[in-house]
Amino acid sequence: MNWHRFASPSNFKRLSARIFPWAAGGAALCLGYGLYQALFVSPPDYQQGQSVRIMYIHVPAAWMAMFVYANLAFAGAATLVWRHPLAEVAGRAIAPVGAAFTFLCLATGSLWGKPMWGTWWEWDARLTSVLILFFVYLAYMALNNAFDDATRGARASAVLALVGAVNLPIIKFSVDWWNTLHQPASVMRLDGPAIHPSMLWPLLAMAVGYTLLFVVLALVRIQAELIERRLGALVQARLSAGHAQ
Amino acid sequence: MNAAFALIARDVRLAWRHPNEIATILAFFVIAASLFPFGIGPEPQILARVAIGIVWVTALLACLMSLDRLFQAEAEDGSLDLLVGAPAPLELLALAKVAAQWITTALPLIAISPIVATMLHLPAEGYATLLLTLVLGTPGLSLFGGIGAALSVNARRGGALLALIVLPLTVPILIFAVAAVDAAIAGLSPRPHLFLLAGLSVFALTIAPFAMAASLRQAAE
Repeated sequence: MNWHRFASPSNFKRLSARIFPWAAGGAALCLGYGLYQALFVSPPDYQQGQSVRIMYIHVPAAWMAMFVYANLAFAGAATLVWRHPLAEVAGRAIAPVGAAFTFLCLATGSLWGKPMWGTWWEWDARLTSVLILFFVYLAYMALNNAFDDATRGARASAVLALVGAVNLPIIKFSVDWWNTLHQPASVMRLDGPAIHPSMLWPLLAMAVGYTLLFVVLALVRIQAELIERRLGALVQARLSAGHAQ
Repeated sequence: MNAAFALIARDVRLAWRHPNEIATILAFFVIAASLFPFGIGPEPQILARVAIGIVWVTALLACLMSLDRLFQAEAEDGSLDLLVGAPAPLELLALAKVAAQWITTALPLIAISPIVATMLHLPAEGYATLLLTLVLGTPGLSLFGGIGAALSVNARRGGALLALIVLPLTVPILIFAVAAVDAAIAGLSPRPHLFLLAGLSVFALTIAPFAMAASLRQAAE
């Protein structure tokens, strides 16, 4: 299969038009089902009580924060190695989405931490490394916007995205390497999830819903970015044509 | 190799002939550190507890100030194009620039850090480890900073952008440096933290030359 086919913006447009309704419908279904299950049907935790429901928002947001960053790093590699124009646009388009997921993860974690740990914020390894992830997202966006030439901004921020990818394994294993307040993994474990099915299914539905939501947002934002660039090019051409006369 | 040493010698000579720049950075280090006793109160016990953190954070910020011009001056006078086009590998030349920055900025900061630490009542057991952490950790700071400086060449709002890029990358260095000195003060062995700190600097040494060279090539395009 020749992946370069999808490199051109017109092919991307056709492909995204085909994916978009499925992704949008799937996201609405999964999020609707997941939220209903999470907020009304699933049982309260025997220790945490009702506040366990924050987990259904928090955990998928944390997964997405890392998943989107992995995408960002991949787009960065594609920008630098193959000079792929769509990868440039994609990196720029998904960074704010990833930052939003990271912020959602930090904010919901903080809301959960106050009743459970008795503190809004704790400088434990997991929280700190996710906070750094958020800062790297901010730096990526600032660097991407810091140049008059969009390509230069895209390539510079691609280097940063690759350097910052070091943080992903640190986040993932922070709960194993350091003895910290944040609980260790309970879903993605080699010996199967240590979480009851009545809570696991709503969580997985939310995770799928978040992922599809990310796909929808990424497609819309990439389209918008392509249109914006085309508009810029048209204005430029009009201006230089007017200049020539 | 000769080109790299020539570049280091040139930068050191330039810094030597403009002593104001390094003097400003050292003055910033001392003044910023001496703000803390006013901010948190002059009680020696409190200051002794936070002294190491203050010394390290202000040294980090002082390093950051000097990184702003690391490649920007070259980009402005056109010598960046010569560095990129030179027969010597750009990775090596970028590393030489960082080495020169470390010699002209980090070494003087390390030299006066015991004075700042004394002002903040750092316990006597911590001094040797403080110097050791600075010697092991500042190369990492300069290397990560070099990545940020190379990325932000010709950017709008260069200085603030540089801080935004570099500071998150330097957090691990800060953590292990402070942990090493805290261990030494508490009478424990700082060795594990020092090894991790050295490891971070070596890690920075493995990625920074390539990241810097890639960004400098883009800047020169």
